[in-house]
Amino acid sequence: MSKFKSKKDNSLPAVNTASLPDIVFMLLFFFMVVTVMREDELKILNRLPQADQIEKLDKKYPISYIYAGKPAKAYEKYGTEARLQLNDKLAEISEIQAFINAERAALREELIPKLTVSLKVDKEANMGIVGDIKQELRKASAFRINYTTASGDAKKNLE
Amino acid sequence: MAKRSAPEVNAGSMADIAFLLLIFFLVTTTIPKDSGITRKLPPIEENDEDVIIKEKNIFTVLLNGKDQLLVEDELMKIEDLRDAAVTFLDNGGDGSCTYCKGAKDPRSSDNPDKAIISLKNDRQTSYAAYITVQNELVAAYNQLRNRRALELGPKKGFADMDYIKMEKSYDDPNFVGNKVKLKEVIEQIKIEIPQKLSEVE
Repeated sequence: MSKFKSKKDNSLPAVNTASLPDIVFMLLFFFMVVTVMREDELKILNRLPQADQIEKLDKKYPISYIYAGKPAKAYEKYGTEARLQLNDKLAEISEIQAFINAERAALREELIPKLTVSLKVDKEANMGIVGDIKQELRKASAFRINYTTASGDAKKNLE
Repeated sequence: MAKRSAPEVNAGSMADIAFLLLIFFLVTTTIPKDSGITRKLPPIEENDEDVIIKEKNIFTVLLNGKDQLLVEDELMKIEDLRDAAVTFLDNGGDGSCTYCKGAKDPRSSDNPDKAIISLKNDRQTSYAAYITVQNELVAAYNQLRNRRALELGPKKGFADMDYIKMEKSYDDPNFVGNKVKLKEVIEQIKIEIPQKLSEVE
């Protein structure tokens, strides 16, 4: 009977781990793909209105973002009126000029006149705050603005 | 009874599968890009002299605090705004505009260069309504520019391209064609039908 006895020992063969790097890479790529870089964490509601006559905002030139809308659920202590958010914190209208100047200071000189301000305003906000923002931007000589919207039928905004 | 060791699974194709998935995600992912209506704010002028503009060359659009639209002192539905704006811009009252196809009504605008749309809103106006109106007014300009582009294009070698497509092609690095010439056409249309949208505070 010893003729049929296996020469190998009978312990289980080691699991092949050659494909482990592939699996890890796959996961890595998956997460790389699905991750969206967030510029700022929003403390306000920001549902953009829709429009269909839109132009793409070119990333070639510097863009600064100004958000406005009523405070989100976690920040209800700030009231229900539309507020302004610059970078990561709620701000006052009077802080816009300083904000624009700070954004400019970070830019190369030739790009300063190309700075575009993207206004991301909640659709339920009223024009009072938008008008104030625009006035401050004019004072800061930041004339290029973009009303950032989602793409869709503009007439749906009024429903 | 001999125990057979389990055969090794061939893992050589694992890398292929991983690459397949990688390529699939690479191809299907679009990086979200912001888009919107671009505007230029007017500079603050210290001593602004009053420029005299004829009443008939101004198209007043008023949006009140209840989001009601008042165009040339008459209530209007948002659906009709685009056509009304096109009619106003395209009027060509003084006959100097050769590409206008409007009614040539002497009581309406002289030519697209003189025609100004004046937009006024209240502090209580909702941003959504404001964007809708802005969108419709830009659409009116684009409609006229598209029409002009379709007329001009074939003569300059850009047949079947409307204005939007021309601008897109101009920004497209893969566009095959004469970009210098295309820029000329775009500039000409911009001069012929300028966007004169003034906002009142």
